[in-house]
Amino acid sequence: MKQKIILLVLLLLTLITLFVTPMIGIKWIIPDIFSNSELNQMESTIFWKVRLPRVSIAFFAGASLALSGMVFQAVFRNTLATPFTLGVASGASLGAASYIWFGFAFQIFGIAGQSIFAFSGALLSIGLVYGITRMKRNMSTTTMLLTGVAISFFFSSTILFMQYLSDFTSSVRILRWLMGGLEIVGFDTVLKIIPFTMLGSVVIYYFSRELNLMVAGQEFSISRGVNTNATVKILFLITSMLVGSIVATCGPIGFIGMMAPHICRLILGTDHRYLIPASLLFGGMFLVICDTLARTLIAPVEIPVGIITAFLGGPFFLWLLVRNQFENGY
Amino acid sequence: MSEKIIEVSNLSYVVKQRRILQSVSFDIEAGEYLSIVGPNGAGKSTLLKCLIRILKPMYSKISIHGKNIKFFSQKELAKIVSYVPQMQDNLLSITVNDFVMLSRYPYQRPFAPTNSQDRMIVNEAMEITDTNFMADRYLYSLSGGERQRVLIAAALAQEPKILLLDEPATFLDPGQQEDIQNVLSRINLQQKTTIVAITHDYNRAALVSHRILALVKGEVVFHNDSEEFMKKDVLENIYNKSFIFIKHPEIESSLAFMKESI
Repeated sequence: MKQKIILLVLLLLTLITLFVTPMIGIKWIIPDIFSNSELNQMESTIFWKVRLPRVSIAFFAGASLALSGMVFQAVFRNTLATPFTLGVASGASLGAASYIWFGFAFQIFGIAGQSIFAFSGALLSIGLVYGITRMKRNMSTTTMLLTGVAISFFFSSTILFMQYLSDFTSSVRILRWLMGGLEIVGFDTVLKIIPFTMLGSVVIYYFSRELNLMVAGQEFSISRGVNTNATVKILFLITSMLVGSIVATCGPIGFIGMMAPHICRLILGTDHRYLIPASLLFGGMFLVICDTLARTLIAPVEIPVGIITAFLGGPFFLWLLVRNQFENGY
Repeated sequence: MSEKIIEVSNLSYVVKQRRILQSVSFDIEAGEYLSIVGPNGAGKSTLLKCLIRILKPMYSKISIHGKNIKFFSQKELAKIVSYVPQMQDNLLSITVNDFVMLSRYPYQRPFAPTNSQDRMIVNEAMEITDTNFMADRYLYSLSGGERQRVLIAAALAQEPKILLLDEPATFLDPGQQEDIQNVLSRINLQQKTTIVAITHDYNRAALVSHRILALVKGEVVFHNDSEEFMKKDVLENIYNKSFIFIKHPEIESSLAFMKESI
């Protein structure tokens, strides 16, 4: 009961955030449907074509990253498992960067080639980390983090190497994209992201009971009837898809996948039937707020949103690491 | 007691060229209380994990109700067999009631809410293990004995025909060991659940079980009625120590004590 009320409050806060933040900027813009004064042509374009799409993409990106982080944390039974610490984001980055580097431009069933490359990269990373962590049998935090860090470094260096080898134009394109950002125009990109986020949320929610059991341990969940091998594979496919689609569009944006699910778990407990919608809403809202700060703090100059999330996330990560020394991992 | 509920034949389990289990064959009868004894590293836990398919041995035939367990889905298997792992200290911040409810998994569908049937079974499981009074407490706040009883309650919420337990009473004080034993005997008697429990307490095993299976270095060295178990050559063969026997003052059975090594 308590959890349902918290979820309702969270939904309300999210709606308010989504309603208010598009109006904030260098200039307040209140869309004409809510006020008597009519907007001029430019104001209307800024509101409908720039700010609103940007807020929407921030919401879906935040939601997707938070959901993937939540899944990783449950499967690895560790709060430090996130798209970034596991090297999944850098895998996706490598995929997307190599798409730019090779100079490809194609679509498969309307899905951008860059997303497909990012997805493959993400899947490769998570496969490696999970495989190596499993091989060591004890699923220790150290093995997991070290593998993730090693893969991250390796992939980042590969991206640097690609940049070094490529001509000026591709190099700048890769660099600009690596900085991460939500500067999009129009709703086309948003519409391409939405199906992934929706599919991802539904599939992850379908596995909410499995996630609840897997948090208690692998042997435990097998003995309760969970087909853990199949479940883990499907979940990794889905999270790679989520991370891949976001990284391909917005570049790597760090720490959302760690903070959002963890804060939700502190408030709501470990039942994924509540944790999933909560992480989705909170992650989305959180990135929207971060992005609003990013474009208003020292306006008219914009700070890349990744810097804001890193400023908040870095200390949070250290706090978690210290805290984990004394308590169990999840 | 006649129907064989589990039949194991030629079970071998090898890890990195090391044979943990070596062509183990035995059967368990429906409603039986079977204790598995043997020194550390004899393969007892491995055997139990093979029975619920946490481990998948390369060569073996394990049948439950005459059907090879390879052909059960994990969910189907979980409706028949349940498992209480060795004591774990890695515990969730979740209430006892929620934890036991997790075990209703094999009966629940995705997206469907918990129903009254689930709540009823969970209640029964907590009643028979005497854990009702701590339903709202958090798992990490329980004592070792209380925690083991909750783990047993959780296993029972699966409505298993067979309950596998890996050293359920080790690390507990004598009073709590007694509580766990009473719970297990009650489950065996009242619900006719077949019980397979690993233990190091051979005296208690001889008192409470119908049959005893002894493993040494991955091989079965004894599988017979518990009355046959309390014999000098049997125990010495298993533990490689000398034993003396004392008559129990109240019941018709003896207790064994180790002397120094042979």
